[in-house]
Amino acid sequence: MRRFALIAVPYTWLLALFLVPFLIVFKISLSDIDLAIPPYTPTMKDGFAALIQGLDFENFVFLTTDDLYYKAYLSSLKIALISTFLTLLVGYPMAYSMSRAPEEWRATLMMLVILPFWTSFLIRVYAWIGILSNEGLLNQLLLWSGMISDPLTILNTNTAVYIGIVYTYLPFMILPIYAALDRMDDSLIEAAEDLGCSRLSAFWLVTVPLSKNGIIAGCFLVFIPALGEFVIPSLLGGSGTLMIGKVLFEEFFNNRDWPVASAVAVILLLILIVPIVLFQRNQQKQAEAEA
Amino acid sequence: MKRLSTFNTTALTLGFAFLYLPMILLVIYSFNASKLVTVWAGFSTKWYGELLRDEAFLDAAWVTIKVAVMSSTLATVLGTMAAYVLVNSGRFLGRTLFSGMIYAPLVMPEVITGLSLLLLFIGIGLDRGVLTIVLAHTTFAMCYVSVVVSSRLVSFDRSLEEAALDLGCTRLEAFRLVTLPIIAPAVISGWLLAFTLSLDDLVIASFVSGPSSTTLPIKIWSAVRLGVSPEINALSTMMIGVVTIGVISASLVSKRNSVRAQKDAQAAERAA
Repeated sequence: MRRFALIAVPYTWLLALFLVPFLIVFKISLSDIDLAIPPYTPTMKDGFAALIQGLDFENFVFLTTDDLYYKAYLSSLKIALISTFLTLLVGYPMAYSMSRAPEEWRATLMMLVILPFWTSFLIRVYAWIGILSNEGLLNQLLLWSGMISDPLTILNTNTAVYIGIVYTYLPFMILPIYAALDRMDDSLIEAAEDLGCSRLSAFWLVTVPLSKNGIIAGCFLVFIPALGEFVIPSLLGGSGTLMIGKVLFEEFFNNRDWPVASAVAVILLLILIVPIVLFQRNQQKQAEAEA
Repeated sequence: MKRLSTFNTTALTLGFAFLYLPMILLVIYSFNASKLVTVWAGFSTKWYGELLRDEAFLDAAWVTIKVAVMSSTLATVLGTMAAYVLVNSGRFLGRTLFSGMIYAPLVMPEVITGLSLLLLFIGIGLDRGVLTIVLAHTTFAMCYVSVVVSSRLVSFDRSLEEAALDLGCTRLEAFRLVTLPIIAPAVISGWLLAFTLSLDDLVIASFVSGPSSTTLPIKIWSAVRLGVSPEINALSTMMIGVVTIGVISASLVSKRNSVRAQKDAQAAERAA
């Protein structure tokens, strides 16, 4: 009996506040927009038969006819891919160097990587506005040093979005790679070098393959949230920065088109299922390899 | 002992400069007398004074803290229960669905979580306010808590609990007197994580909050959309300060505990 209650409480909570809301989104994505409150038909009040009959895939068809949407999906994918790659480029050398650091430094270095994660996400993104704007600190520095003669436009472009994503998601990339490198046996490198590898080829042939799982995990941990990102493109991106999270938010709040916003959400989720399943599989494989 | 190569030192220096410079600049410029954020006009703390006199900010801060305390506490209870079920309950009907619902919110884009919860609250006619934010935050935070707690429960030796049951404890007593003290560090970090997530959340709160329940991130959001503001710099500095002190003292405490545990283990070894 008590076991039943123990299972039932969190189970019911998640059913009611996670699964049911999602089913509602799915249902509304098949409904039509209306000027009533709530702004869509049919609703539960119309009876079950009318509810079923009123549903169709019109909104999804609409998403394919207006090229704003597929452009937004494609550009979200592009921005997420590029920024994941950039995060890897910045994160790998850091994780690698941390794993080379003396034992007694590592806890401190680890804390320094995690600390920004506890600070407000919004504030970390906001910090870049003052740096990247036309009169910002970066432009002041470059102008002062004479490297440029006119200020660079970085804020409100995709470059600023890349910088923002790399900056805020860097800890997610560093931690799994560091964990993989930390477990690595140093004598493997020594063996490779004894057998005639140069340092660089030992790195490519031994270190990188052994940290493969960490790299994959880190890339997914950056790519998945970056794809649906809303705050970074809204604050740092320009009007030309199309990202699906931003489109959904605007469709809902500015255009008040709930059915289309719901359809956008359903498609975003369908796109995310692939990387999520791949990520899960990678984690499982790793867990099995360790067991 | 290992020594860092030039490459390693450079990578770490540049990397940490990238991570910390933006926040350090924010802190420095919060003491700038000029309203123009890019021009330094001397040291001043006036923005802090202005921030602390701003009723709207104080109200938002109060709402945020209330929501964070309630939702993280609720999330810790539910998340610990969920972790216990996942690790100890073996097979039951709908187990796959259950673990799926625990892991899915971790990767769900915030815009979708926010949208779906708002549509639910409107569907059942629940007025948007503090309650709806608490419900929303509890739901996603409990998943994080249950991941943290279950990673600790996996390594927990169940025979300790069985021993307590054999010695006459009820199940609840065994949990309270044996299991809970052992998993307490994970429960506490779960609570802290839930608390931070709630303090930090903008997107979900924008969907489910009402006009009378503006949280601090929503307030900050509407201010920074208009550009850099010195008051927000002051607020950011205060938040960064609190987090830094919190994280450093937490890591000092855990370091002291692990040193003590090591000493105990050594003492036990010598005694044996």
